[in-house]
Amino acid sequence: MANVNKLKNKINNNTNFGEKIKDVVMNNIVTIIFVVLCLIGIKLSGLPIFFVANELVTRISRNSFLVLALIIPVLAGMGLNFSIVVGAMAGQIAIIAVTHWGITGLPGFLLCAVIAFPFAVLFGYLTGKLLNKTKGQEMITSMIVGYFANGVYQLVFLFLVGTIIPMKNNVLMLSSGVGIRNTIDLSGGVKETGIKYALDQILKLPIFYVLIAFSILAILYNIFKLTNRRGIVNRREKQNKSKDSFKYIVNMSMFAILLILSIVIVAGNTPLKNIQLPVVTVIVIGVLCLFNILIVKTKLGQEFRTVGQDKHIAKVAGINVDRIRVLAIVISTVLAAWGQLIFLQNIGTLNTYGSHEQIGMFSIAALLIGGASVSKATVGQAILGTALFHTLFIVSPLAGKNLFGDAQIGEFFRAFVVYGVIGVSLGLHAWKNRAELKRKLKIE
Amino acid sequence: MDTKYTLQMKNIHKVYFNNKVLNGVNINVKPGEIHALLGENGAGKSTLMNILFGMPVIHATGGFEGDVYINGQLVNVKSPKEAMKLGIGMVHQEFMLIPGFTITENIKLNRETTKHNLISRLLGSSLKTLDKRSMESDARRSLDTLGLEISEKAKVSGLPVGHMQFIEIAREIDKRNIKLLVFDEPTAVLTESEADNLLKSMKKLASTGIAILFITHRLDEVMDTADNITILRDGEVVATKKKEETNVSELALLMVGRKIERNVPSENRKSSEDSEDIMTLKNLRVSMPGEEVKGINLSIKKGEILGIGGLAGQGKIGIANGIMGLYPTRGEVYLKGKKLKLNDPKTMIQNGIGFVSEDRRGIGLLLDSSIQLNIVLTAMQMQNKFLHKIGPITQINNGKVKRHAIKMINNLDVRCQGPQQLTRRLSGGNQQKVCIARALTLEPDILFISEPTRGIDVGAKKLILDLLYKLNKELGMTIVMTSSELGELRSICNRIAIISEGKLEGILSPFDSDVDFGLMMAGEYHKFHKEEA
Repeated sequence: MANVNKLKNKINNNTNFGEKIKDVVMNNIVTIIFVVLCLIGIKLSGLPIFFVANELVTRISRNSFLVLALIIPVLAGMGLNFSIVVGAMAGQIAIIAVTHWGITGLPGFLLCAVIAFPFAVLFGYLTGKLLNKTKGQEMITSMIVGYFANGVYQLVFLFLVGTIIPMKNNVLMLSSGVGIRNTIDLSGGVKETGIKYALDQILKLPIFYVLIAFSILAILYNIFKLTNRRGIVNRREKQNKSKDSFKYIVNMSMFAILLILSIVIVAGNTPLKNIQLPVVTVIVIGVLCLFNILIVKTKLGQEFRTVGQDKHIAKVAGINVDRIRVLAIVISTVLAAWGQLIFLQNIGTLNTYGSHEQIGMFSIAALLIGGASVSKATVGQAILGTALFHTLFIVSPLAGKNLFGDAQIGEFFRAFVVYGVIGVSLGLHAWKNRAELKRKLKIE
Repeated sequence: MDTKYTLQMKNIHKVYFNNKVLNGVNINVKPGEIHALLGENGAGKSTLMNILFGMPVIHATGGFEGDVYINGQLVNVKSPKEAMKLGIGMVHQEFMLIPGFTITENIKLNRETTKHNLISRLLGSSLKTLDKRSMESDARRSLDTLGLEISEKAKVSGLPVGHMQFIEIAREIDKRNIKLLVFDEPTAVLTESEADNLLKSMKKLASTGIAILFITHRLDEVMDTADNITILRDGEVVATKKKEETNVSELALLMVGRKIERNVPSENRKSSEDSEDIMTLKNLRVSMPGEEVKGINLSIKKGEILGIGGLAGQGKIGIANGIMGLYPTRGEVYLKGKKLKLNDPKTMIQNGIGFVSEDRRGIGLLLDSSIQLNIVLTAMQMQNKFLHKIGPITQINNGKVKRHAIKMINNLDVRCQGPQQLTRRLSGGNQQKVCIARALTLEPDILFISEPTRGIDVGAKKLILDLLYKLNKELGMTIVMTSSELGELRSICNRIAIISEGKLEGILSPFDSDVDFGLMMAGEYHKFHKEEA
């Protein structure tokens, strides 16, 4: 014991400031690379900041829910859940049904969420069962599940609808009376036919006013936390508290900076102040963030973590490992179904056979860019990753055009980024683990 | 039934695939009693425990015959969870701890204290919030009971092995209704001093009325701790004895069923001081976590068996690992006067240095590969032996590999079904022989072997030691054997170097007095003798 302690002291003493910086850089290398890429991209594209920011707000509110749906399976040690594609299909099944019945707007959207739920639970249950049979290969299995489900989905909507499943709808269906059309308009010209903007349009406010209000609230909350700390008993607790108060002060100053920045933008009358924020969508996303954070602190969350750390020990401790793993996938799938609804209500058109296809890849790439890995993912990483990923999406065509005279190159770059980042992140994850191990051993 | 027993197992029979593994076993344990269960590997101890805990493997293979009574009640334990409810706890041989969790989280694993919140009232108890504060105070209480002074908030990953065992125990005693605690070879991975602490704690627990079933190989521990002893051999109870009525040699005899020679071949074991040096270590420093070496000067003589002893955590394990380049190493190593490049396993192997690791299952063997592949692997990689060469392409020469493997299996008496058998299926002693066979295939001048008998039963231990002795005598191979068990070092070594706090404390002859060994291990030798002078 004494030896180990001495060893640790040595490590602490020798970690000087330079090493700490190196640590931070090493741990966030993927994210840092993408921040740099985004900045270069914005510069090269020459797009006005207003445009980029506006697009970004839209895209973050559109996509974050799907990215957040990935977190719980990571927690449960099942890696990145590529099978959220299946959840997206559940969402689309609900949308097709609701559009067929002609229920529009918010009631339509809510009905979609209700209908998608049982489908997603069923799909998630089946996927989870399969993943329990293929422990250790969850990621590749979930990816193949996505492709397989896509085939079944096509079969159902191209051939079974109108033959075995009775349905008559001239707008939604192909002229032959069998199969659903390739694209379904969810807004529908003069007369509303779908759920476009059902959530987004409930309440829209200028983003920087919202930010001002939010940062004031956050500062007040931190001040409350800072002052309301009575009943400190022993020394150890005191130490903890002083650590806490440091955290609150840091939080406070961050929000103060945000507040000042927002005020400057609003007062400076820049076009940025006109960017609109879909408040309800953001609140829904916020609730999901909160859900992901809070569930860790529950019994169920502890079981997810235990299973994620060591399946065998969890089993010996009496945890029903298989059940927990299925549950993780079910939750993820249901969230993905709802995420797809949010995504589509913003896009406004359902590409019946395409909308779900890229969801898995894109969401996972976004999560990884935020600094997550196969074994660790947080809410912050999900949001940051979504922002960076989509910044790159917005700027890369124009950046490509300005740099090489061809927008297509920017498009290639986008595709390259998606697959590249997944590959690189998986590689880096393995490499970083090794480096960490080596560094731990090299004490002096 | 009689309620004065915590546990009674009556006339237990168990058949695995037409193979009788338990045949009418009876065992009785009273409250507050420490009951030792002795037996060689394969004697049926694990099967008996699996029955007690209702492990799925028992029910999957057709159940068992016989009755189990807990506190006089006939019970039918169908799952480990039920066993837990009945108050039966197990301290596992390999640790069931999650490194990334804190001590509290490990102690409270799947028994977390929770409190209701708004959502859990609506959606059920699995969404209850964890009550960190009460969990921590519970954990603290259990740690205090065991006299352990580490913070309950520390992560398990950095702790030394000795502490992990105690956390396992803390977890068991944290279960309020615990009546019977099973210790499955708890001291196998501990040092002597750690084991002493553990045994003390066991006695303390027993004095609170908990019945303890103690499975072990170490006879002296049994004599030290147990009240009653049951010995199993080939699935039958050979004897149940009171401690006062028996002694170590009788127990050993009952256990293996043949007379154990505890005496060592002392003839021909002259001191090797005047032989020439084959390897010299100068100021060797190894940063192996938990076994740090802090500057050792030592010369290894040609043709000797050099023992390296000392308490765990003092650095004796680090020496061989450092020389082989498995951990960052500084200093100088000379082989026959030539300076060797450090931190490079390849150089070492090519210079004729063989190594058998103390971590047999971790880095010693490819558990899911065949015996023959394990034996030739290093020679194949490092010396290009056992290969067909077709231009730049190489292929395994399977015939040659098999012939060599069979030769080794015969020479070392590896008990197996053949060279194709997976090493995972072998017993500890036979796995160790495969490790030695691999090292011998390299035809080394010096063989470093660490903890050769760890986790091996008494019979096989002696075979391994005899083998090393034979290699040394007949082939003249220089052997450096690192071991925590002083007895086995003294049984075959020419000289024994004792390591304390990462430094060489001194070199003793195996025939020196117990007092000298004891003082050196404790790092008090020089102090003591200075005072005398």
